[in-house]
Amino acid sequence: MSEDVLFDLVNVSKKFVKGKEQISIFDGLNMQINKGDFVAIMGPSGSGKTTLLNMLGGVDQPSSGEVSFDNQRIDNLSEGKLAKWRANNIGFIFQFYNLMPMLNAFRNVELPLLLTNMSSKERAQRVQNALKLVGLDDRAKHMPSEMSGGQQQRVAIARAVVSDPKLLLCDEPTGDLDRKTADEILETLQLLNKEFGKTIVMVTHDPSAAKYAKHTLHLDKGEFVLEAK
Amino acid sequence: MKDLYLIYKNLTRKKLRLFLTCFAIFIAFLIFGAITALQGALNAGVEMSADNRLITANKINFTQPLPFAYVNKVKNIEGVKDVSYANWFGGFYQEPANQVVTMAVDPTTYFTVYDELVVPEAQLKQWQNNQRGVIVGERMAKTFNWKVGDTIPMSSNIFTNKDGTQTWQLQVDGIFTAKDEKTDTGYIVFHHKYFMETQTWGGDNVGWLMLTTTDSALNQQVSDAIDTNFANSAAETETSTEAAFNKAFIEQIGNIGLIIFGVVFMAFFTILVVVGNTMVLAIRERTNEIAVLKTLGFSSPRIFKMILIESCLLAFIGGLLGLGAAFVIVQGASEAMARFLPNLVLDQGIVLQALGYMLLLGLITGIVPAIRALRLNIVTGFQGA
Repeated sequence: MSEDVLFDLVNVSKKFVKGKEQISIFDGLNMQINKGDFVAIMGPSGSGKTTLLNMLGGVDQPSSGEVSFDNQRIDNLSEGKLAKWRANNIGFIFQFYNLMPMLNAFRNVELPLLLTNMSSKERAQRVQNALKLVGLDDRAKHMPSEMSGGQQQRVAIARAVVSDPKLLLCDEPTGDLDRKTADEILETLQLLNKEFGKTIVMVTHDPSAAKYAKHTLHLDKGEFVLEAK
Repeated sequence: MKDLYLIYKNLTRKKLRLFLTCFAIFIAFLIFGAITALQGALNAGVEMSADNRLITANKINFTQPLPFAYVNKVKNIEGVKDVSYANWFGGFYQEPANQVVTMAVDPTTYFTVYDELVVPEAQLKQWQNNQRGVIVGERMAKTFNWKVGDTIPMSSNIFTNKDGTQTWQLQVDGIFTAKDEKTDTGYIVFHHKYFMETQTWGGDNVGWLMLTTTDSALNQQVSDAIDTNFANSAAETETSTEAAFNKAFIEQIGNIGLIIFGVVFMAFFTILVVVGNTMVLAIRERTNEIAVLKTLGFSSPRIFKMILIESCLLAFIGGLLGLGAAFVIVQGASEAMARFLPNLVLDQGIVLQALGYMLLLGLITGIVPAIRALRLNIVTGFQGA
């Protein structure tokens, strides 16, 4: 496998059992994502976008096939090892931000760092830097309920990058935002990709959002149907 | 330790719910602390009873006298070490409200049979030689500020003095203390012979006998021998260990143990249901957040531990406050009821027991939601939200 490949999916299938029925999402899916890439995955509802993102993030496992990250198989890791792997390598950005409502912006961003051995001083420095990167260093003490959707998503981005992961997985990151705010968020993601070399995989319904990516993959019924650049 | 802030914020995120749950736990431990202290006070006499001490009383009931001749007859029964005797006096000092537990006893044998009580040698001798003398328990002396040499008028609400009054002038010859602080010193004893000679009812009798056996293994044998000896007489006896006698005395007002168990059980059962339900609801509301934490890399065992710590913290906050309130109440009651319940105290044993229950409450109420969180699949968690 090339050194440039960050993710390598080989012959991946994913099946669900719903009642007595077995539903196949993917069957023999192959895919590679290079380091430093910014990939948008588009497709209709039920096409398997989120399932794919979950498998890339190690929160769901394939029924068969291999998923490798940086030349390391992750599809056969135990739950505990996957949790550690996620903490070390992945930053997640969700559609509805998923901030802890009882924690202020600073504490929300600090969460991934609680999984490291950093001192509180070191953690505070990292959090401040991450908040500064998303332009919210003056909102550190604000609670999520005191911030707009765009601001909350910026806090979520700061949380995703604070531990300096190699990969950012974004599930409809602008799905709950107005156009202007969505563009600001996408510009921030683009900045993280271009300036900081973060590999980004973004699931979206929005063609305008996909334009910010370097590649767009179209998924339909568990297969990539067209690749746009 | 890094998770403590997160646990704290989770615990305090809904202030009203926290307050109500803590209040319920507070009430349960308040009841537990106060009632267990009361039980301890009532049982102190049973706990402090000597293993080899027996009480022989009239079989009809405790208030019926026994012939004085029984004293020597019991002395001669095999296995008996020392025998003493006493009569109830029913005393009060100056006015009926000042009740003083008073007994007329044999001065030569009383402190031999009750060897956990300590009287200075000189004071004991002085008392034995002074028919009008009285030996006062340390706590009773403190209550009325009595000192050696004082003359105290002790009245009875049962007996009448031959001088036509109901009062006996007694001279304080000594003050007795106890080897163990739990042993009651809230009473006084004076000469049985003097009492018999001066009270109007007359009679050559004693209220009950207190005796020790040479070996506690002989208790049953000695009890049977005594009761058999006086069977079919005008005054049949019933002999039991001091512990059983004291227990029976307390249980005249009901099965205290069962009542207390019932109250405490109901309080804790209610609390288990209330707190358990609250914890299950609280964690169910957080399904999405637990899924987020797992996604970020928090391991399932770590989340499991966080929830258990949270439920234990809840139990300890409410429990310690309740126990603190019980301590204040027991302290207040202890001072007010010192003469009736001398051992009313919320002691270290109760505190340790309560701490154990708090831990248990926390673990029991936290275990179900903690296991749910442990098993929560991230994808399902997000779908559930």
